[in-house]
Amino acid sequence: MAVLTEEQAFIKDQASDWVKTKAPVSRLRALRDSHPGQSFLPDTWQAMVDMGWSGILVPEQYGGSDLGHLTCGLILEQLGRQLTASPLFASSLVGATALLLAGNPEQQEALLPAIVNGSAIVTLALEETSQHAPAHTALRAGPGGDGFRLSGTKTFVDEGMCATHFVVAARTAGSPGDARGISLLLVPADAAGLTRSALPTIDSRDHARLSFGEVEVDSAALLGAPDEAMPVLEAILDRARIGIAAEMLGTASQAFDMTLDYLKTREQFGSVIGSFQALGHRAAALYSRMELSRSCVEAALQAVDADADNVAELAALAKCQVGKFLFDMSNELIQIHGGIGMTDEFDAGLYLKRARVLETSYGNRAYHRHRYAALKGF
Amino acid sequence: MTDQFEASVREWVRDNLPQVLVGARIDMYGVVSGDQAQQDAFALWRQRLAEQGWGAPTWPREYGGAGLTDAEAKIVSRVIASAGSMNPIPYLAGMGVTMVGPTLLEYGTPEQKARHLPGMASGEVRWCLGLSEPNAGSDLASLTTSAERDAQGWVVNGQKTWTSGADKSQWCGVLVRTDRSAAKRNGISFLMLPMDQPGVETRPIALIAGESPFCETFFTRARAREDDLLGDLNDGWSVVKRLLQHERQSQTSAPATATAVEPLEAIARRYLGVNTDGTLTDTDLRGRLADHLMDTAAHELTIARIMTDARGGNVEVSATASILKNSATDAAQGRSELLLEIMGNRGVGWEPGEYSEEEARTVREWLGGKAMSIYGGSYEVQKNIISKNILGLPETTQKG
Repeated sequence: MAVLTEEQAFIKDQASDWVKTKAPVSRLRALRDSHPGQSFLPDTWQAMVDMGWSGILVPEQYGGSDLGHLTCGLILEQLGRQLTASPLFASSLVGATALLLAGNPEQQEALLPAIVNGSAIVTLALEETSQHAPAHTALRAGPGGDGFRLSGTKTFVDEGMCATHFVVAARTAGSPGDARGISLLLVPADAAGLTRSALPTIDSRDHARLSFGEVEVDSAALLGAPDEAMPVLEAILDRARIGIAAEMLGTASQAFDMTLDYLKTREQFGSVIGSFQALGHRAAALYSRMELSRSCVEAALQAVDADADNVAELAALAKCQVGKFLFDMSNELIQIHGGIGMTDEFDAGLYLKRARVLETSYGNRAYHRHRYAALKGF
Repeated sequence: MTDQFEASVREWVRDNLPQVLVGARIDMYGVVSGDQAQQDAFALWRQRLAEQGWGAPTWPREYGGAGLTDAEAKIVSRVIASAGSMNPIPYLAGMGVTMVGPTLLEYGTPEQKARHLPGMASGEVRWCLGLSEPNAGSDLASLTTSAERDAQGWVVNGQKTWTSGADKSQWCGVLVRTDRSAAKRNGISFLMLPMDQPGVETRPIALIAGESPFCETFFTRARAREDDLLGDLNDGWSVVKRLLQHERQSQTSAPATATAVEPLEAIARRYLGVNTDGTLTDTDLRGRLADHLMDTAAHELTIARIMTDARGGNVEVSATASILKNSATDAAQGRSELLLEIMGNRGVGWEPGEYSEEEARTVREWLGGKAMSIYGGSYEVQKNIISKNILGLPETTQKG
């Protein structure tokens, strides 16, 4: 754990206590079993807003606390531990970051206070195919009305069913595969011609497919420069990748703790199974990888706060390293728990399912391995 | 404050480092390979460093150190390195400055400290360690080399192996059995023994990588003084545990990156070639190279994090030494294996000549690096330490 300021330590402890007592994994199970079609439990989200978490990255002038990405990461890690469902990551991190990095003061004034008080949920609509591929954006935004007319589809949009606004990556010039020719457009969820449908994903969370049929927005919907959104989009995505890596670290850490606890209590052949060297060595290797993963995540969060010039490299590193660890940890969680790990009644399955959704979000291991190599010049 | 200190170190190095030593090759024994002028300059440089107390800068002044903090000591090595040289004393002292000395500072009597530490700190007395035996490797506590007391002190009989630098050392810290009736770990003591005597014989061991610093060391009625027992009688196991902690701490930085001049990816570009978009032609190696570089970055970030945490009072450093020893091993061995693969049929040469210096060196380093997961507590022993001491899992049972 990084050396924290008093305020960061307070928020981390507060998040840890709150998540354990008010938003444990049993609440996700309740959401799945008793509230089908709902994105999150409203009292959970309201409590987060009340604690100020929705404004953690937003400047004070817009009602936020501007505490930075390390602090935000500490919270996301705790949420990841209990698989707490909320739009905090999608809106308060990704949506807010899009407005902060690409928006003009009018756009920020219009939406940031609403993100902070929870009345707006702003999410990024990027993916169009089965793979994360920002430059392959094809959804067309041609001239139309007073601004743009959008046609095409987006998929795997985080919190897409509950969002009030989408930041849409659209092609305004060139063709799919070109880094140039992409623009970011702010589209209200109730825009005429926009329909959305829920994707029934394994993690019981809100992911949506959006269909744009001649959706018109005026020119004020443009976030940042026309056709030249790629650099700012990558900056937004890197912050998202680092934030999701923090959440993944929490998910993997909880899976590790559950496994370690089981190793110390489950008895077979007359001994606790943690006394078997084959299992002790696996636990030791997983623990070591957890520590190495934490180093990558913390370094990446701190790099964003310091506005360092290696944020992209550390984002690829963090997402890939934590991704590899969570992949193996979630499999070991099932394997070491044996039969009980296969039952729906036990929580292991919820962690495994969420792990794979997180893995494919914002670039998988292969994507970031490739990106790391490219950033290193080979 | 630190800036002022650094400035004074810079000034001292500028005034005292003989210019003929800049860039000179100093080998693993701390010896310069060069002409007479370089040899003389080297002797002078050692003497000046010793007088300054910088051979073992964090030790108290009365024992030949300079009483510096760890941070100040780092500044000293950094400044010397940036001036194009190095401090040879820790190498000249063998295991003295890095391992025996710090343990002596904790366990030694004032007389023992006064007798042994200054020679280590000045680099004039080289120490080796007699720990492993042919039948006591990872299971060190099963050692059988014995010491019995007589009227003149201790009489030592037995064989040690992997005694690094034994053939060049003046003293040996040797782990001996002093009570055969006690349980394995309870009948062991730590003796300090002079090597220049008729009862000690050393034989160098040739390794898969060629010549090595390692020796087999035979003790046949070898003698140690009564007061050369370090720590309490039959409490040698606690002494050696501490000693090995110092060893792990000295091994946790990835040596691969410390000596690497040309980045791995540049070597890969040179041997494999690149496509028009700048990517390596071998896509599989490209992916594994990226994985390796990321693993190494994670290791280095972890060292940085633990050092920051330790300054903030967060963790005890020794608890993490086992993690870092294994990740340093992964980084170094992984690097060597990748380099060999990148070099292809140029990565299997034994002698330079037909093969380049770089190619032959790479092969030797690859072979030598196999020791990293064996010495200082093997890879598996480190995992035992992590599972027992950090994770609190119970002692290993037979089944399972």
